[in-house]
Amino acid sequence: MKDGNGSLASPSPKTSNRRVIKEHILEIVSDSGEGAQKAGQSFGAVSAKMGNGVWTVEIIPADIQPPPRTKESASGIRIRFGSGKITNAGDEADVLVAFNEIVPYNRIEQNVYREGTIVLIENKWATDESDEIRKSYATAIQDFKDRKFVVHEIPMEEECLKLTPNPKKGKNMWVLGMLCHMYDRDMEKAAAQVGYIFRSKSKAVVDSNLQLLQAGYDWASDHLDLCYRLPSVESEEELVVMNGNEALSFGIQAAGIELCSMYPITPATSTSHHLAECIQSSGGIIHQAEDEIAAVGFAIGASYAGKTSVTITSGPGLALKTEFLGLAVMAEVPLVVIDVQRGGPSTGLPTKVEQSDLLAVLYGQPGDAPKVVLAPSTIEECFHFVVLARRIAESFRMPVILLSDANLATGVQPFPRPQLREEWLSPPVDQSPRAEGAMPYGWDEKTGLSQRPVPGQAGGEYTLTGLAHSAQGKVTYLPEVNQKTSALRSLKLATFGRTLKPPRINGDEEGELLVVGWGSTLGAIEEAVNIAREQGGSVSSLHLRFLSPLEPGLLDIFKRFKKVMTVEINYSDSLDDPMITPENRRYAQLAWILRAQTLVDVDCFSNVYGQPLGPGKILARINKELSKLNQH
Amino acid sequence: MFGIKKDFICELPKKYYTLSNYEKGVARWCPGCGDHAVLSSVQRLCREKQLPPEKTVFVSGIGCSSRFPHYMNTYGFHGLHGRAFPVACGVKFRRPDLNVFVITGDGDCCSIGAGAWIHAIRYNMNITTIMFDNQIYGMTKKQTSPTSRLGTISNTHPTGSVLPPVNPLQTSLGMSNVSFVAQTADWVPGHLFATIKAGYEHPGFAFIKVIMRCSKFMGPLVEEMTTNRDAVSILTHEKGIQPDDGTLHAYKNHQIHDPTDINAARELAEDQATSYLGLFYQNKDAIRYDQYGAHNLGFTPEEKITAVNAQLDKFAV
Repeated sequence: MKDGNGSLASPSPKTSNRRVIKEHILEIVSDSGEGAQKAGQSFGAVSAKMGNGVWTVEIIPADIQPPPRTKESASGIRIRFGSGKITNAGDEADVLVAFNEIVPYNRIEQNVYREGTIVLIENKWATDESDEIRKSYATAIQDFKDRKFVVHEIPMEEECLKLTPNPKKGKNMWVLGMLCHMYDRDMEKAAAQVGYIFRSKSKAVVDSNLQLLQAGYDWASDHLDLCYRLPSVESEEELVVMNGNEALSFGIQAAGIELCSMYPITPATSTSHHLAECIQSSGGIIHQAEDEIAAVGFAIGASYAGKTSVTITSGPGLALKTEFLGLAVMAEVPLVVIDVQRGGPSTGLPTKVEQSDLLAVLYGQPGDAPKVVLAPSTIEECFHFVVLARRIAESFRMPVILLSDANLATGVQPFPRPQLREEWLSPPVDQSPRAEGAMPYGWDEKTGLSQRPVPGQAGGEYTLTGLAHSAQGKVTYLPEVNQKTSALRSLKLATFGRTLKPPRINGDEEGELLVVGWGSTLGAIEEAVNIAREQGGSVSSLHLRFLSPLEPGLLDIFKRFKKVMTVEINYSDSLDDPMITPENRRYAQLAWILRAQTLVDVDCFSNVYGQPLGPGKILARINKELSKLNQH
Repeated sequence: MFGIKKDFICELPKKYYTLSNYEKGVARWCPGCGDHAVLSSVQRLCREKQLPPEKTVFVSGIGCSSRFPHYMNTYGFHGLHGRAFPVACGVKFRRPDLNVFVITGDGDCCSIGAGAWIHAIRYNMNITTIMFDNQIYGMTKKQTSPTSRLGTISNTHPTGSVLPPVNPLQTSLGMSNVSFVAQTADWVPGHLFATIKAGYEHPGFAFIKVIMRCSKFMGPLVEEMTTNRDAVSILTHEKGIQPDDGTLHAYKNHQIHDPTDINAARELAEDQATSYLGLFYQNKDAIRYDQYGAHNLGFTPEEKITAVNAQLDKFAV
């Protein structure tokens, strides 16, 4: 410690020479198990506490214990932080901290660095006893330089060894200290954060990590000529910072949902992890079922008995739940289904993002199965949409499906702390006797709505059935009944649709190009559109939250633009392929729906690299489309 | 007053339920089908136990047997093929006040629903399951069932089925946390009623296999089962189901079996030559998952909000 009596140092005197930046994208990549994520999460939390906008996303290896010093072992985190609000993970990184020379190649393959990216790399491999490793290190460093990265070789282990005999366990905190100096982070907040993450450990462990933090800071102060400042305003609003899956977990509890019935599946499961930690304290419980089908069946059983439940899954699990979803539609059982989408089809890309379940959710059940489908587009919406979903499910007596994705699931962002309200909670189960003559499906002819009986209500006894049934709940095969009840169930969507407002347009109300998105791409699309507009492009965007029913007024809006194009993370055929024609082209999923519903020739820009769509790629496509439109 | 002492007046229940309070519609099973007998026994049980119809739920899957809830004037859930167990468990998990029954068949339970079945045994919720085993698919018109005997001629195996049947008793008794396994037959009404009643009274998951007649598709088998009384043996024990005199009189083979002895139960279940009617196994102390599910019911809105806020504090910036 600098002052020798254990207190933390004041900000570096170099502060005044700091380069002021608007934002930076930082990646920390290590072997699995070296704690890069912990360092990055702490850095993100400290930055959020200082009032910076932050978006972090974890880099997760696909295997549990991949061999070290391999590309597959790359584990880490990306932190995009800036003076203003940050809504997505951005494009190429400005800075990479690497714990060895191999793991960066996992990311290089994904084109996430650029010329000029600063690489801060552990230098102990240069003097490793193995010839092979020394050679590998030298080759990589040369390659980084050839790629025009700016390489700084950092004696991480050497410095840590001065404080701890096992630097593998503390290097991440040293790196955090180094970064704190680079970006002029508030060391008191950093120390508090380190204390928080090691809160269950002994004082000795906490102290050792605090020493490493300070050592990293001091080393950077003396040796590293990289000093930045990001002006920030500490928010007056109370904020919380969490990932999308944690936000879903909070939403479930804030909605008063007392049962989450699930089966483990990536990337949805971490929602259940958080729920498992705390739902019992808020009067709910988790059931880990024997399989995906049983999970939804269990939830439907509880919903039928008056306790509207949630089941959480991802694509393959959703496929298994298909039959039960049809039953929930047919028998009008309220249910909340959360689908945290991943790459598909089949097992696909379990840890990667895709928006490929939209059509499966809408049309996956045999027969006509109308249901409400909504997609949160921010971490904050992950919270609020669960509350909304439960209310819709109960009011309209139908399943409501929430489409999140792997990008929201692992993305971490601060948002205004929800001010919980009693009316968000499920009402108590109605056990009052049913009115004389009240039918189990006493449909209102105009809206399709009906009030369900709940076991325990005397006079409401009926047998729920997945067979075609009359208002009395009796099985019937009369042709007119099936036609009519299908219409009534469908009518509920139209009724609900009447309560929705037309979507907000980002940019001008009319122009050349309209970009339409849904789900986690909101931040990246609006960033790209706003940059294009600053450059004079006539482009606007709108983002749909409701996919079924669609938000109203789309046709009117579309008519005001020369071209409409969706931006999605799912597969579509490219018209550049010689086999593909406008007639046989398979469109991105939202584009299919918009084309069918509006008869507008909606185009799409979509791909399935398993990566969040960065604003840079979207901007490039927007500019390409705008120049094509201008040629015409 | 008027000479009647106050404590002479006994308090009558507000409402006395008669059989007709549990009856609904006319059952559409074939004449001679064993399902009618189970329906009568269950309605009798409801009356004897005075189960409030609004607090009673019959959950079924798909098949002939699974039409059962439609003929009970209680709450019912006629759901998906093979999926009665998860639904019933979901009903019971947060509603311990409801009496939950599962009505299933050999195909529904032992074939398409086998995964859910064995886990339902392990969950050991307080649910009474009646499995109608007629050894054939009836509703879809005579296909081989998982419990069809080797060589059974059906529309899917016209020259005879080629695999030995699933033994539901053996399977149940092999599952961890099993707590109640019994077998009865639809044409032995006294025994049938006593078994269903014992299952209802069992504090946990009662699995009752009822050997059923399907006169429509399994005529010769029905003939053999109902006339060859030597192939049947009645289990007796003070801890078991107490068979009525009629049953004991009709069936001369009796076997003393202690239902707390799981090894002996497994041996009996394995016996291919004899159908034992009675209680194979009971453990009233097995872990109950429904008790876990209901352990934190009834939070007030204030308690819920306070708890969520306390959790949110940990994520505050």
